[in-house]
Amino acid sequence: MRLLDALRFRFAVLFHRSRMNSEIENELRSHVELCADDLERSGLSRQEAERLARIELGGQARFAEASREAVGIQFVETLFRDIRFGTRMLRKAPGFAAIVIITLALAIGANALVFGVLNALVLRPLDLPHPENLYSIARNGTLAMSYPDYLDLRDQNRTFDGLAAYTSTQVGLDSDGNPSRAFADEVTGNYFDVLGAQPYLGRFFHSSDEHGPDSAPYIVLSYSYWQSHFQADPAVIGHTVQLNKRPFTMIGVAPPGFHGPVLFFTQDFFVPLVNQAQLEGQSNLAARGTQSILMSVGRLKVGTTPEQTIKDLNLVGLYLERNYPKTDDKMRFTLSRPELFGDFGGPPTRAFLTALTILAALVLLAACANLGSLVAARTADRSREIALRLALGAGRWRILRQLLAEGLLLSLVGGSAGLSISVVLLRWLSAWQPIPKIPFRVVVSPDARVYVSALLLSLLSGILFGSIPLRQVFRTDPYAMVKGKSPSAHGRRITIREFLLALQIAICALLITCSIVTARGYFRSLNDNLGFEPHSAVLMDTDLTMADYRADQMPAMQRRILDSLRAIPGVGAAGFANLTPLNGTFRGSNVFSNSAADLRAANASANVATYDVSPGYFAAADTRLLAGRDFSWRDDPSVARVAVVNEKFARTVFRSGDSALGRFFKMQDGTRVQVVGLVDDGKYERIGENPRPAMFLSILQYPSSQTTVVLRSNRDPEQLALALRGTVHDLDSGLPVFIQTWNDGLAISLFPDRMATIALTVLGVMGAMLSLTGIFGVAAYSVSTRLKELGIRMALGAQPAEVLRTALARPLRLLVFGSAAGLLIGIAASRMIASIVFQPTPPDPMVMVTVVACMSFLGVVAAWIPARRALSLHPLALLREE
Amino acid sequence: MAHPAQLLPGTLDLLILRAVSLGPLHGYGVLLRIRQISGEALVIEQGALYPGLFRLLRQGLLKAKWGTSENNRRAKFYELTRAGHARLIEETENWNRLASAIGAALAPQPEEA
Repeated sequence: MRLLDALRFRFAVLFHRSRMNSEIENELRSHVELCADDLERSGLSRQEAERLARIELGGQARFAEASREAVGIQFVETLFRDIRFGTRMLRKAPGFAAIVIITLALAIGANALVFGVLNALVLRPLDLPHPENLYSIARNGTLAMSYPDYLDLRDQNRTFDGLAAYTSTQVGLDSDGNPSRAFADEVTGNYFDVLGAQPYLGRFFHSSDEHGPDSAPYIVLSYSYWQSHFQADPAVIGHTVQLNKRPFTMIGVAPPGFHGPVLFFTQDFFVPLVNQAQLEGQSNLAARGTQSILMSVGRLKVGTTPEQTIKDLNLVGLYLERNYPKTDDKMRFTLSRPELFGDFGGPPTRAFLTALTILAALVLLAACANLGSLVAARTADRSREIALRLALGAGRWRILRQLLAEGLLLSLVGGSAGLSISVVLLRWLSAWQPIPKIPFRVVVSPDARVYVSALLLSLLSGILFGSIPLRQVFRTDPYAMVKGKSPSAHGRRITIREFLLALQIAICALLITCSIVTARGYFRSLNDNLGFEPHSAVLMDTDLTMADYRADQMPAMQRRILDSLRAIPGVGAAGFANLTPLNGTFRGSNVFSNSAADLRAANASANVATYDVSPGYFAAADTRLLAGRDFSWRDDPSVARVAVVNEKFARTVFRSGDSALGRFFKMQDGTRVQVVGLVDDGKYERIGENPRPAMFLSILQYPSSQTTVVLRSNRDPEQLALALRGTVHDLDSGLPVFIQTWNDGLAISLFPDRMATIALTVLGVMGAMLSLTGIFGVAAYSVSTRLKELGIRMALGAQPAEVLRTALARPLRLLVFGSAAGLLIGIAASRMIASIVFQPTPPDPMVMVTVVACMSFLGVVAAWIPARRALSLHPLALLREE
Repeated sequence: MAHPAQLLPGTLDLLILRAVSLGPLHGYGVLLRIRQISGEALVIEQGALYPGLFRLLRQGLLKAKWGTSENNRRAKFYELTRAGHARLIEETENWNRLASAIGAALAPQPEEA
């Protein structure tokens, strides 16, 4: 109790200095009044009584001062004095101060940055009313569902207050005769109401606006698109624009920052899902079996638990299984969060960011160890000053507090520098568009939590490395010191400095190991056989529905486009497909053996990656045809369905290699398809994936409005793009296209791997820098404190090698032990990290060799200058100096 | 009038604790109470009282809150905490031991006679 009271009192003092001061004044005034009351009663006038009372109390000012000191306000003032003194001391050692501040700025900056991202993507709830009640329905780890299933779930559940659904599409928007690509979210009528959003301008559409297919041609603009595309003109509300050449009315603007329940995607506007046919040329709204990428988000009723909801949803699931056995199989639902696309993005993002947070914290720990040994060395150098102050009567706590104040001062300056750097980087990251083709954003604007955590980290690290000299101060013997004896710590087996160095090296070796494992995994998967050759290839994307082509007009138009593009000088092989591998979109379909009669999903031989491609696509993509033939222009709907499959498909579906040629399999809809060609395995969804079955169908037999033309050319991509654009414009001026090199087109599937590699490489480089400065510091200190000893040894005829051994053996031994420990932990840890980002790789001797080489290199570089200094000693000069 | 006795260093705190142990008091009241219970023998320099009070407050031996005095003045009243009680008892015993020891030492010794 007493301690608590005392503490509370202290805090009151600390935070309410001025209030405390005025309270003392008040109390003394009250004393005078009470005293005057007494005197007044003895017959004096009030005025006279007060005068006497004041005299009796004595010098008020002086007592107020004494009282302040007793209260402990003095404590605060001492603190300020400490800080002033610390500033002065640090100004005398600018090199030391600069090293500490830079190290801390980097370490705390890294932490603030990682925490900023973690905070924005994982910790911070969605910026919507009651985000904790928002859930998505997941099945088999995905959020995708079909529209009819969604309707049944929406209407039959008893646990959601409302269930909305949304999907994204690319459309051509024409407001001024010059159509441009835009990204729209197709959403159900109740979308805004379920999310609880209010329009910034105009109105939203609601369930009551939906009256069947294509009944609600409305647009709600996102705030940023309204700003960038319509110059924030409020008069656009009520106006009509052409979406894919159909009139849509702009009825409202969403509030700033509203982008639905999904992070990462900043759509340009929202349109009703019931108008899907107009926007995509066809609609999946009636197809129960098509689990298109329609995702749901719903608001749980107040008081409903997720468990109750899952039970409730599974009742609907049973109903679906019973009534639609052909399409709806294993309808078991779970709840997931919409922000990161449920289980698709959530767990890996969370796991990776958590791992990154831990590594960043380790960087800070290593930095503190580094600075700790630096501070310890500095304290040892200042031992004379400290001893003198002790001898003059300063308390040991007082001196310690002084040192701590110095540490805090440095850590706060370094921390604010680091925070500023990280805020700049976070802002930049928020504005960055890593994937040129789609509006993918990592919005990670820093908030109060980021600032507070950076401040706390700074304080914590200041206390950590500032309290290292604690033992030194308490061991200082002023008597011996003043007599001129130098401090002798010899004989002790491991000093605190050495322990810190070993710890720091272990952490740094761990960081370096992790970054090497990741970078190696990344480059290895880049060099893996992708199944196509992205170098010197250009992709031109378009969607024929953007210019309102009917399905029967599409193949002819696509062929016209291809033929005109082929005629451009410098264009080699060319072909087109509905999708290209590793472009961020993945389509899987179930295939069945030829003999299968019951075509439900559970009986499928495999779920295979599916691409619809034109004749010439394989040559353009440089996909190796192992056997059989490419498609021809005669593989159209009038002849039997044909497919080219990859080796994995042949092995999985037919359990044989080459003999797959000529054999048949069945699609979900019962069509028999004959294999006419066999191609190399490749990568389809993720760069690090294991080989998976894939099939290519003739786009003439499976027409698609989505068109990606693959062109091989050695021409400058910029120039080529101009030529391509011009050619397409001549064919149809209303058809927007997007042109990029195939390497850029891989950005979306490489994004997680790239981010991981960059992040871990940066941390690894920081680790390397820290161990460099750490080894250097300790080695240099070890040489400088033993100069006399080394001089004597040299005078007695020691050889350079022996001198070096004496001077540097201990730091280098620490380097070896620390590195070994760090390497072992690093290999264990990086397997975990790698499994988040890449396929787990077997222990890799190359990694170990690289880490060992790296650490040895750092050791040699760091010890170089101290070693030179040790060798260049002049024993005589040294001895004369003493 | 007899000279008021000079306070021994360190005894002010003990006197304040004793005074306050008889019931909550404001600063001026502490002064009067000490004067009264010491039979007017001990007079405390008024201004020295407050640093003493704050010291005890900081050590958690006293607690204080603002209230109204008997003649309707705002004043800050001090009270003993539990720790303060314990300290008073302890210090009183210490004082008694010390006082009797010093008394015994100063008493006329047989060999002086």
